[in-house]
Amino acid sequence: MLELKDISYVVGQKEILKDINLTLADRFVAITGPNGSGKSTLAKIIAGIVAPTSGKIFLDGEDITDWSVTDRARAGISFAFQQPVRFKGITVKDLISLAAGKSTNISEACNYLSEVGLCAKDYINREVDGSLSGGELKRIEIAMINARGTKVSVFDEPEAGIDLWSFNNLIKVFEKMYERTQGMIIIISHQERILNIADKIVVLANGGVAEYGAKDEIFPKLMDVHAGCRYTSDKA
Amino acid sequence: MDKIQQRLLQEVAGIHEVPEGAYSLRINGSLYGKNSSEHIEIVKKEDKPGIDIYVKAGTKNESLHIPVILSQSGLKELVYNDFHIGEDCDVTIVAGCGIHNGGSETSEHSGIHSFYLSKNARVKYIEKHYGQGDGNGKNVMNPHTHAELGEGAYLEMETAQIKGVDSTKRKTTAKLSKNATLIVHEKVMTHGDQFAETEFEVELNGENSGTHVVSRSVARDRSSQKFISRVKGNASCSGHTECDAIIMDEATVIAVPEIMAVHPDAALIHEAAIGKIAGEQLIKLMTLGLTEKEAEEEIVNGFLR
Repeated sequence: MLELKDISYVVGQKEILKDINLTLADRFVAITGPNGSGKSTLAKIIAGIVAPTSGKIFLDGEDITDWSVTDRARAGISFAFQQPVRFKGITVKDLISLAAGKSTNISEACNYLSEVGLCAKDYINREVDGSLSGGELKRIEIAMINARGTKVSVFDEPEAGIDLWSFNNLIKVFEKMYERTQGMIIIISHQERILNIADKIVVLANGGVAEYGAKDEIFPKLMDVHAGCRYTSDKA
Repeated sequence: MDKIQQRLLQEVAGIHEVPEGAYSLRINGSLYGKNSSEHIEIVKKEDKPGIDIYVKAGTKNESLHIPVILSQSGLKELVYNDFHIGEDCDVTIVAGCGIHNGGSETSEHSGIHSFYLSKNARVKYIEKHYGQGDGNGKNVMNPHTHAELGEGAYLEMETAQIKGVDSTKRKTTAKLSKNATLIVHEKVMTHGDQFAETEFEVELNGENSGTHVVSRSVARDRSSQKFISRVKGNASCSGHTECDAIIMDEATVIAVPEIMAVHPDAALIHEAAIGKIAGEQLIKLMTLGLTEKEAEEEIVNGFLR
């Protein structure tokens, strides 16, 4: 269980997040909201990449507010970047092994990679650099989270920057992950199809929590808001 | 061979004892042993230290080991090795120098290598420089390499200097004929107060000749590095030179790429980048549970792999 108590984040005069209070305990929680509502900042605060200006974070009742990124990772928080990081010389196998916490052989790596629709044989020795497409990098990023298998997995807009074909596959990946996960998935997303598989939805607006509740309660409201605009509607 | 010498041999050539096939092993300033094979002849030079190596035309899939070991402090040597590679060969040459300096005097090995590749010959040349020792004496290596590539010849050089060499000045020059290719992958890491300078001068003289000179380096502590690369396009050719350096602590890195085209169809590119490890790379690895220090090591090791 993850608890955020009175979390605020201020840059200069601008309040990015103000007094966020959330208790996240469900298997699949989606955090959505317009651009600039503070979603990514909140995800980074959970992972320890950004320190809140004030407020506390608790993981299973323990105060982790002052813990480093490393400490939180070791305590069971995983974070998938919105823009996966590229490396020179580091291979897919290296990253999967680091994520799994042990050297992985081909068949183990194959399990993680096939879960995200990649053939291990083609990718295992590839460098995680600019030679991989955005969609491939995203999937490798997700495979790393699967290899870690921690109690909290945070995904920052996994759909950002990938094409429609990859997106359809991505949805399947999350559907499968939802079926199998032992931990909690927190996913920052704008996508209806991702929101639709969540147990609970948090709506952020202007740095605060505008709505938080069961998917069946929140999802229709979001669709109502979009109904007037054909570009954001599912029926577009 | 004692344990220190065996360790050095393992570091630079990946072998424990004298290798099979053609080899020449030099320990503490003199020839420890050599062996010619059916297709590769090794002849000791009479007028100066060093060897002549003759690879018969058509020799395929054979390798040659020519490591040099210095474990006696204060030894300085200059060695001349000439490689004469016959037509249509495909061979791998493993060279390298390991110095153990347990004393207070400077140990120095400078290898002057000349390669003559005949028509359509292919050579992969792997060279590793390594230094160790608990004395105050410096480990110095100043290699010079000159390569002349005949028509259609292909030379791939992989050089690495990862640890323990206090001072190095490396110069590599090459002249390429029609359809010849030179590929260089250099890896350098300096630490402490070390200094490393590498200089490449490639002349693309023949039509359709090409080169790709890539240097990846990491400079730590107070060490300094200088990378100079000159590519001259004298014909319709393609040349690419790239220097990519990670700088850490109080180190200094200078990159001087120079390309010169004297033919309208010469296509030359140079790239040079120096920078510290990207913060997001460190954070990514920290989200996998590594400490900042472990993440840094992982990134450096990958970069120099």
